[in-house]
Amino acid sequence: MSAHLAALHAQEATETVGKPAVNITIFAIFVAVTLAIVLRASRSNRTATDYYAAGRAFSGRQNGIAISGDYLSAASFLGIAGAIATTGYDGFMYSIGFLVAWLVALLLVAELMRNTGRFTMADVLSYRLRPGPVRTAAAISTLAVSFFYLLAQMTGAGGLVNLLLGVKGTAGQNLTIAVVGILMIIYVLVGGMRGTTWVQIIKAVLLVLGAALMTVWVLSKSGFNLSTMLGDAAAAHPKGDAILDPGLKYGLTTTSKIDFISLGMALVFGTAGLPHVLMRFYTVPSSKAARHSVVWAIWIIGVFYLFTLVLGYGAAWLVGPEKILAAPGKVNSAAPLLAYELGGTLLLGLIAAVAFATILAVVAGLTITASASFAHDVYAHVMRKGEATADEEVRVARITAVVIGVLAIIGGIAAKNQNIAFLVALAFAVAASANLPTIIYSLFWRGFTTRGAVWSIYGGLISSIGLIVFSPVMSGKIDPTTKASASVITNTSVDFSWFPLENPGIISIPLAFFLGWLGSVTSREPLDEQRYAEMEVRSLTGAGAEKAVVH
Amino acid sequence: MSTIHPGRTGGTPYEEVQASHEFAALRRRFRNFVFPLTAAFLIWYFLYVVLAAFAEDFMSKKLVGNINVGLVFGLLQFVSTFVITGLYARWMDREFDPVAEQMREHIERGEVQ
Repeated sequence: MSAHLAALHAQEATETVGKPAVNITIFAIFVAVTLAIVLRASRSNRTATDYYAAGRAFSGRQNGIAISGDYLSAASFLGIAGAIATTGYDGFMYSIGFLVAWLVALLLVAELMRNTGRFTMADVLSYRLRPGPVRTAAAISTLAVSFFYLLAQMTGAGGLVNLLLGVKGTAGQNLTIAVVGILMIIYVLVGGMRGTTWVQIIKAVLLVLGAALMTVWVLSKSGFNLSTMLGDAAAAHPKGDAILDPGLKYGLTTTSKIDFISLGMALVFGTAGLPHVLMRFYTVPSSKAARHSVVWAIWIIGVFYLFTLVLGYGAAWLVGPEKILAAPGKVNSAAPLLAYELGGTLLLGLIAAVAFATILAVVAGLTITASASFAHDVYAHVMRKGEATADEEVRVARITAVVIGVLAIIGGIAAKNQNIAFLVALAFAVAASANLPTIIYSLFWRGFTTRGAVWSIYGGLISSIGLIVFSPVMSGKIDPTTKASASVITNTSVDFSWFPLENPGIISIPLAFFLGWLGSVTSREPLDEQRYAEMEVRSLTGAGAEKAVVH
Repeated sequence: MSTIHPGRTGGTPYEEVQASHEFAALRRRFRNFVFPLTAAFLIWYFLYVVLAAFAEDFMSKKLVGNINVGLVFGLLQFVSTFVITGLYARWMDREFDPVAEQMREHIERGEVQ
């Protein structure tokens, strides 16, 4: 339906909303303020711990706000509000999966990882297993997840440009993607984790305040009566009352229902395997602070998703799904269009600037994670066998950040017409399949071995990516109303999709758990008693855990 | 618990702690708290997901005005997440941390004997 409406309104799609000059000015102010803070923060960057983990000196509350800044990406804010505005209740179900997932991180992962590791996920996995193969595997899956996530954010930036900044044409979009990429490289190079964290904190505060303002505004228009507002939204939507019920998007066939369960699995198990989320646990001084940062994050993220529920239905009511889908950013334009409807040019400018700040902060967090994983795991531990000095390691991390930034710019330009949801789902599915099983096993199962870890990571990685390649996401999906292709490969005569589900989680997550078990029970590798004792005692008591750096 | 009684001798200090009665008790208490809670929220979440996918009529039943079962169910997921977060943080702060901290201090001062 979306393609159909978009085609109908293609002529209008070149219009911009609001005054681009206002949007650009507000965005420029944000960039100037954050750059000044990043410069200030960079003065105390001296060691590898400063660069990767901000000296482990952030408080639980600060880190909790930064985690929500890292997590509430453009897909969360713009994507979920837009999904609710167009497909109603089914969009709301995304936010529930994204939120409940944090309990996995809180109860099983955050504190134990903080106590055992130094900078990356691989630190924990390689603690008692053979470091070479495990670090290599963990770094590959970290880079894969980060890169898919990064591409999704960059693509989102490109897609929104027409609407928000009034930049027209391909060259303008490419230029904007490049500007986002260059800013991100500067934040990461200059500020390291400390600067990046401050960018995320500022962005999270702006995002939550902006969403809160709009939520109260929408509710005030319906006399603060949720039921009335839902009724008005249903009345304004061509599908009527169906937008209040589940099933509009996923309820069509049994396959699509199973697909929804598969997506639900990827969401709930993916979060605690996202490398950029895991790395944030190392920026606090203790496991107790890690716990409190997740508690803060859960409250902020939860309240924010409640806002998006109102914003989504509010956009359906006040803007209408046809207008949203006809706008240049399509589904993603629901929140900005609602802002314009409510507060005119100024509010649109603010929300547009927040949306760009969101993308910028998330890509900076992803870049530093990916560069840390390459420099710390691959370069320092695998290539140099732990012989590299901290200075060499940080230099490699900085170079890697530039390379990743350039790759993200090129990838973002190449993929700018791709389906963003596809890239995000891919990142979550790979994180849930390749990362989470090994993390859980190595923290809780004595009998876990190197072979189990390697089989689980590569098995999860290959099965999740492989199944997506052979799914309707890649080829052969045809929109029933327009007969146009809804796949990555738009040539409708090409169809190699033998896997019916769009999300591989329901197969690849259990498979990765199974492979981790199978590899371990068939391996004759003896348990490293000393390292296992050290890891287990350290994970629960925090004895010997990395301390905060005092300058 | 003023001292840790090593469950074995001749290993590293960490091995002695790991084999101690006190550490085993701490690990058991942690797992007995965390694992059932994890199972509970996962079952509760997947119950919601399966109902939303396969019990549309039930979820679409209107309760008050335009508020239907599905919306209430979804909002209850938020409530349960906040409640479990609070329960866990309180239990860890009050019950787990004092014991774990004491044990850590012993280990870091080299007082395992």
